[in-house]
Amino acid sequence: MAVGNAATVDMTKSTEKTRKIRLPSEARIFLVLIGVALVFEALGWIIIGQSFLLNKERLIVMILQMSVIGIIAVGVTQVIITGGIDLSSGSVLALSAMVAASLAQEAGYARAVYPSLTGISVFWPIISGILVGLVCGWINGALIAYTAIPPFIATLGMYVSARGLAKWYTHGSPVSMLTDDYAWIGSGAIPVVIFLIVALIFHIALRYTRYGKFTYAIGANRQAARVSGINVGRHLIVVYCLAGLLSGLAGIVTSARAITGQAGMGMGYELDAIAGAVIGGTSLSGGAGRITGTVIGTIILGVMTSGFTFLRIDAYYQEIVKGIIIVAAVVADQYRQKTRRSV
Amino acid sequence: MGSIDNIGAVASPAPADPQGAKSEYLLEVAGVRKAFPGVVALDNVCLRIRPGTVHALMGENGAGKSTLMKIVAGVYVPDQGTMHLHGREMRLTSPLDALQNGIAMIHQELNLMPFMTVAENIWIRREPHNSLGLIDHGELRRKTQELFDALNIDIDPEIEIQHLSISNRQMVEIAKAVSYNSDVLIMDEPTSALTEHEVGHLFTIIRQLRDQGKGIIYITHKMNELFEIADEVSVFRDGRYIGTERAADVTRDDIIRMMVGREITQMFPKEEVPIGDIRLSVRNLTLDGVFKDVSFDVRAGEILGFAGLIGSGRSNVAEALFGVTPATSGTIEINGKKVDIDSPSKAIAQGISFLTEDRKESGCFLILDVLENMQMAVVGQKFVRGGFVEQKKLTEECKEMSAKLSVKTPTMYERVENLSGGNQQKVLIGRWLLTNPSILILDEPTRGIDVGAKAEIHKLITRLAGRGVAVIMISSELPEVLGMSDRILVMHEGRVTGILNRAEADQVKIMELAAK
Repeated sequence: MAVGNAATVDMTKSTEKTRKIRLPSEARIFLVLIGVALVFEALGWIIIGQSFLLNKERLIVMILQMSVIGIIAVGVTQVIITGGIDLSSGSVLALSAMVAASLAQEAGYARAVYPSLTGISVFWPIISGILVGLVCGWINGALIAYTAIPPFIATLGMYVSARGLAKWYTHGSPVSMLTDDYAWIGSGAIPVVIFLIVALIFHIALRYTRYGKFTYAIGANRQAARVSGINVGRHLIVVYCLAGLLSGLAGIVTSARAITGQAGMGMGYELDAIAGAVIGGTSLSGGAGRITGTVIGTIILGVMTSGFTFLRIDAYYQEIVKGIIIVAAVVADQYRQKTRRSV
Repeated sequence: MGSIDNIGAVASPAPADPQGAKSEYLLEVAGVRKAFPGVVALDNVCLRIRPGTVHALMGENGAGKSTLMKIVAGVYVPDQGTMHLHGREMRLTSPLDALQNGIAMIHQELNLMPFMTVAENIWIRREPHNSLGLIDHGELRRKTQELFDALNIDIDPEIEIQHLSISNRQMVEIAKAVSYNSDVLIMDEPTSALTEHEVGHLFTIIRQLRDQGKGIIYITHKMNELFEIADEVSVFRDGRYIGTERAADVTRDDIIRMMVGREITQMFPKEEVPIGDIRLSVRNLTLDGVFKDVSFDVRAGEILGFAGLIGSGRSNVAEALFGVTPATSGTIEINGKKVDIDSPSKAIAQGISFLTEDRKESGCFLILDVLENMQMAVVGQKFVRGGFVEQKKLTEECKEMSAKLSVKTPTMYERVENLSGGNQQKVLIGRWLLTNPSILILDEPTRGIDVGAKAEIHKLITRLAGRGVAVIMISSELPEVLGMSDRILVMHEGRVTGILNRAEADQVKIMELAAK
């Protein structure tokens, strides 16, 4: 076909040219991270005459704090890639923390939730915490796949109910006196290791497996995915199950780190996780997003939180600024999309 | 069609008269250039529209027609060039600005609000108010009815848009454009969603507007429409203006030559290929309330055309065969074995492929790249080892397929939304060919794509049939069905009204069966 050759050739050239200048999206987000960190470093010297980054303890706390959000954010990222949303992560985290903790109490503790099940192997609280998350995720997924209600509503229901269940489980009292084995999961750098392993597994799954291809396909065009032979309903259930499972895992890590299970745990974490994913370049309209971006996005949030605390800025201001940053990230993303599309 | 006496012969672009205070043209566009990052969409383009004419714009996809119309309608601001309306120079800054200057555009994609009524949609921003400053719904209704009466449109002004068929929505769009009392009306492929009958109605409206002295710019891909409705035709190619002719003075071949810059020798490269055994046998297939007792056979190497009006159930039968909406009764046999297909994945496993009618809705993953789009069906079947996709091998296969289909894309990593319609279609065909189908169902395989790509796709279909694939081809374009098919199945209101052999079929016979 002789037609349109001139234009096409033109386009080829210029695309190659712009390719060279254009950084991969992760690199851009990474630059933002470095920028944010440097701003706090500078402010640290100016305002309180201290270094922000060169403080080992602060860095450790910062990383520990964000690893729980990070675990959730990985699950939420793949949900958002399918064009969905998961609002239930924080509540599911709490429920799983309660159930797992109740099976991890020290032997002979008289006021244990299950006095006959104290001092059992750490295997049981872990498996039960993960199962709780999985079941919650399955309910989310099944509702979305088979009743065709929007993910927002299905997971909003779970957000309210799971929190309620977590409170009902012990009628509001915290679960304490946990075994050392269990507490080990939350000690030292273990949460960070768990986070990084989870991120790696999902990064590989999304990029190199059929599971990943189908996840992007469903988010990009659900109808086309179905016609391409993808069982959309079944796939969505798996996606939400995995998101629930990761919330459950986050619940175990949280309760192990605090050495107690409390129904109020993980409050608002779902929004931080979504924010981390979105700052990391995951598109809320589905079909685009990467785990690497989410990891960096979550770290940006963590740096901000700990930076504000370091500068002794009020928590109120922290929230205000965090909100602005999240919106700015989405606006920037939209703008990027637009400039790409106008070609 | 009757040509109008006051049209002088239009020559190739002469320099615009210096102070065209009393121009014989309603609209004059000269020297327009528009570049997007990486592409020059229009270069030194001109266009002159006389009052009281229908002016067709022709050109392959990517020729620049739509960009030019968006400039005329104020959507884009040109980088260079001038525009005169009634001899007065103007610079449009927005679509609203264009509307207020008497230029209205009916967009290809419909821009109506589904949860508002017909009347509210038409008069939006211009609603009549009562003495309390609230919207006067009685007046709104009356004005709409008046407008519809004048255009002979029979739609309830107070029904919500969501309850209207696509063709009725199109009518509302047209009425809305007319309601602005514009001098220039731009229609971008207005008939693509209309039935034969509705097209007739649309043409009546267009002629009525033309006789009122309006200038109508009509973008189309359909040659027969051009000769039925247009007085003049301007042709574009690769962002350049090629020329303007009186419709009465040119032939179909002239236009095609102008569009592609070369002769298309054979529109339908149908070849006689050996017809093999029965591949697909359908008996009494029924989907309650949609189609009933559909029976037919397709043999290896055979192309079975599906003709019928929009809404006759053609596409529904295809969707049932592919398991998108499974049939409620009847049997499907593949190679003599009864099969139960209740999902697309089962159909694919049985060797069926289905190119859907709507590229954007159910075909492309617009924001994903060419590679992902092409591999998405086959990756569900093979190319997975130990849980991992064998990406290297798969990429090679996709590249090869892409070359074979001559998909025009800078790289395999270009987003599919940046490709032209014809290339998107090739990517989708490639997606299915990778699954190595023995039965290929094509629903409107060449809708909305340019002449050159169309011919390539026709050639490809013929080649596939030659290799023993059983092909079902649904098409609304009768010449295409007639040119490509070995046999033609005609449907009307959910029933098969006849199956014609290639030798006995012609347009009249098909239309008789289709419109019974």
